[in-house]
Amino acid sequence: MGFWTTFYALSFYTATLILVLGLAYKIYQYAKTPAPLKVPTMPAPLTTGGVVVRVLMEVVLFQSLFRSNKWIWLFAMLFHAALWVVLLRHLRYFIEPVWFWVVLVQPFGKYGSFVMLFGLLGLLVRRLFVERIRYISSPSDYLMLILLLVIGGSGVMVSFVTHTDIVHFKAFMLGVMYFDWQPIPTDSILLVHLTAVILLMIIFPFSKLLHAPGVFFSPSRNQVDNAREKRHVAPWAIKQFESPPPVVD
Amino acid sequence: MAAKANFETPAFRPYPVIPILKPGAMKGNGPFVAKPPMQEALGFPGELIDNWHDVAIEKMGELLKKYRSLRVYLDACVKCGACTDKCHYMIGTFDPKNMPVARQDLLRQVYRRYFTLAGKWFPKLVGAKDLTREVLDDWYNYFHQCSQCRRCSVFCPYGIDTADVSMAAREILDSVGKGQKYCNEIIAKVYKIGNNLGLPEPALRDTLEGLEEDIKDETGVDVRLPVDEEGAEVLVITPSADFFAEPHIDGLIGYAKVFHQAGISWTLSSSASEAANFSMFIGSYENMRRVALRIREAAINLKVKRIIFGECGHAWRVAYSFLNTLVGPFDFLDQRYPIPQHICEFTYDLIQKGALKLDKSANDHRRVTFHDSCNVARASRMGDMPGGQFIIPREVIKASCNHFYDMPADTIHDQTYCCGGGGGLLTDDLMELRVKGALPRMEALKHVVDNYGVTHMAAICAICKTQFAKVLPYYGFEMDQIISVHQLVSDAIVLSVDEI
Repeated sequence: MGFWTTFYALSFYTATLILVLGLAYKIYQYAKTPAPLKVPTMPAPLTTGGVVVRVLMEVVLFQSLFRSNKWIWLFAMLFHAALWVVLLRHLRYFIEPVWFWVVLVQPFGKYGSFVMLFGLLGLLVRRLFVERIRYISSPSDYLMLILLLVIGGSGVMVSFVTHTDIVHFKAFMLGVMYFDWQPIPTDSILLVHLTAVILLMIIFPFSKLLHAPGVFFSPSRNQVDNAREKRHVAPWAIKQFESPPPVVD
Repeated sequence: MAAKANFETPAFRPYPVIPILKPGAMKGNGPFVAKPPMQEALGFPGELIDNWHDVAIEKMGELLKKYRSLRVYLDACVKCGACTDKCHYMIGTFDPKNMPVARQDLLRQVYRRYFTLAGKWFPKLVGAKDLTREVLDDWYNYFHQCSQCRRCSVFCPYGIDTADVSMAAREILDSVGKGQKYCNEIIAKVYKIGNNLGLPEPALRDTLEGLEEDIKDETGVDVRLPVDEEGAEVLVITPSADFFAEPHIDGLIGYAKVFHQAGISWTLSSSASEAANFSMFIGSYENMRRVALRIREAAINLKVKRIIFGECGHAWRVAYSFLNTLVGPFDFLDQRYPIPQHICEFTYDLIQKGALKLDKSANDHRRVTFHDSCNVARASRMGDMPGGQFIIPREVIKASCNHFYDMPADTIHDQTYCCGGGGGLLTDDLMELRVKGALPRMEALKHVVDNYGVTHMAAICAICKTQFAKVLPYYGFEMDQIISVHQLVSDAIVLSVDEI
C-alpha cells in the first residue's frame, strides 16, 4: 500500500474521530448547561410545536437573517443550500449500490457546486469590502471562507476539468469505510480537495462552525413562552436558594 | 431646556444610511464606579481587587457552566455582520465597538483565549486576547453602552442576545469590584428603603394622600390610593417614579381611577414600593431574586389575591418572565388571573367587558403615537397570544383617544428602538450616550410629527418616560410630549360618583 493511501486513510479516521467526538462533546456540553431563566426573544411560540416550527424556520430558511440583511441572507442561503445538495451528491462515493434518489441528485449536485462557490465569493467580497464586517473579521474568518472555496474549487476542477478516476476513488473510500484499504488515485487536485475536507472536519468542533449545533440550543429561539403558566427553575438555583423550599403560609 | 452639552446632538438623517465607522468615538472611562459601601451591600468586593484577573476568569468559567445562553452565544457567532447596523448606540455614535457583535467580541476574545483550544493555541488567528487591564476597562466602558434592549437578538440568525452577554460581563465586573455606581446604588437603596428613589414610607403616604386630594379637587370624586391595606384584592407593584414625577404620576392616577371604576380593592406596599429590579441589568441572579422576594413577601403579608404591575418595562420583563422562576410558585394567589398581570392587561379586560366608560374626546387635543418599550416588546408578553404586548397597549390607547398613529413599521413592535436610557444607563454621567442613542427613535417620532401632526408619544416604561423627558428637547421637541398610557386613560375615564 502506497504512502498516500496510508496517509489519507489514517487522516480520514483521525478527522472523523475528531469531528464526531468533538461535536458530541459540544452538544453534550450545550445540553447539560442549564438555561436558568426564560429568555425567548418575543414574540415567541406558546407551545413546543410552535418552537419546533420557529427553530426550523431559522435552520432551514434563515428567517431572522432574512429580516436582517437581504444580501447576507442571499449569499448564505445559496451557499448552504448548494452545500447540502453537493453533500448529498457525494453520498454516492460512500454507498454501494447507489440509492435511487442519490442518482437523481447527481446533476443538481454537480452544477450546485457553482452556486456554492458564488455564495462563498459573495460572502468573502462582503467581508473584504463592507467596512463594518471587515472590522469584526479575524484572520480565521477569512481563512474559513478560503478553505471552503478551496474545497468547492477543487471539487469543480475534478468534476469538470481534470476528471479524476471516480471508480478508483470510490474503491478507496469504501475500502477506508470497511477497513479493506484500496489504493487512492493520486492526482494532485483530488488530494488538495481531500486535504481541505479533512482539515475542515478537524476544525469544525473548535471553530465558529459550532453555529450548526448551536442554533438548536439558542435559548432565545428554542424556549416556549409560558413563564407565567409553568415554573422554570435551574437545578443550581434550586440547590442554591430553595433547599429547603420557600415557606408559603 | 437642554443643559449646555459638551457634545453634539446627532442631526436627523434625510434617509437612513449606515454610518461610516469612527473607531474610538465613545472610548472613555465609562460611567461612575460604585463606591465600596454600595458594592458591599450587594455582596461584591468594595473596589477593584488585586487578583482581579484570576477572579474574573474564574467567574467567567462559573457563568459558562450556569448559563447555556452565554456558552452558546460565545461559540456560535459566525461574524456574518447582520447585527452591525441594528444597535441604536451604533447608529448614534458610529463607534464600531457599539456594533452588537463587536461588543460581544470584547468578552468573546477572552473566552476564546482561556476556554477554547483554538484561542489557547492560535490566539492571533481567531482574535483571542489575554485579559489585560485595558480589556477590563473596555468591558466597563462598552458594556455600559448597551441598554440590553435585545434588538440585535431579533436579527441574529442564532438569536445571540447581546443583553445576556452584557449582563454576564457586568456580573464579572461586579465580582472583581468594579461595579457601576448608578445601578448598584439603586439596588442598595431598594434593600435599605424599599424603592429606587429612596422614598421613605411617610413620604410615600404623604404623596398618595396628596394625590387623592388632587383627584378630589379635579373630579369631585373620592378616588383612593391605598397603601399597606391588608386583605385588598390586588397588590399593585409600580415603579417608584410613579410616586414622584411627571409624566409618571399621571399614569398612577390613571391606575387608581381604573380600580375605582372597576370597584376592585387594591393596595400598594410600603415594603415593596418599587417594581424596578435593577439587579437584572447587572446580571445578578442572586440580587434579582432578593429584590423580587420583597414582592412575594408583600403579597403574603397583605393577603392579596392578585398582583398587578404598573407601567415599567424591565420590571415587566422580570415580572412576566422571571418572577415565577425566582420566587414562585404563587399558589397562594387566585389562579383564575395571570400571575402577575400587567396594568394594561387589567385595563384592557375591563374595556372589553364594557366596565369602563371612556370619553375619547377628552383627549382630542392630543394626537398620539406609542413607543414600544424594549423589555415589554422583546422580553415579555401581555394577553393570551404572541404579540399581545403590541396589541393591548395600543387598544387601551385607542379606546381612550380618537387620534392614534403608529411610527414606521421598522421602528415598532419587535423592531422597536430603545429610548436610549434602558439597561441601567439612565444616569447623567452617560448623557452623551443617552442623547446619541435616542437618534433612531427621535427620527421615527419626527416622521409621525411631520406627517400626522402627532403631539404626544405614550409609553409604558418609567425609564423610557424619564429618558424621553430629558432627551426630547435635544431634538427640538418639548419634554412634556412624552406621556403615560394610563394618563390618557385617566383623562378619558368617566368616573361615577356613587361607586364608593
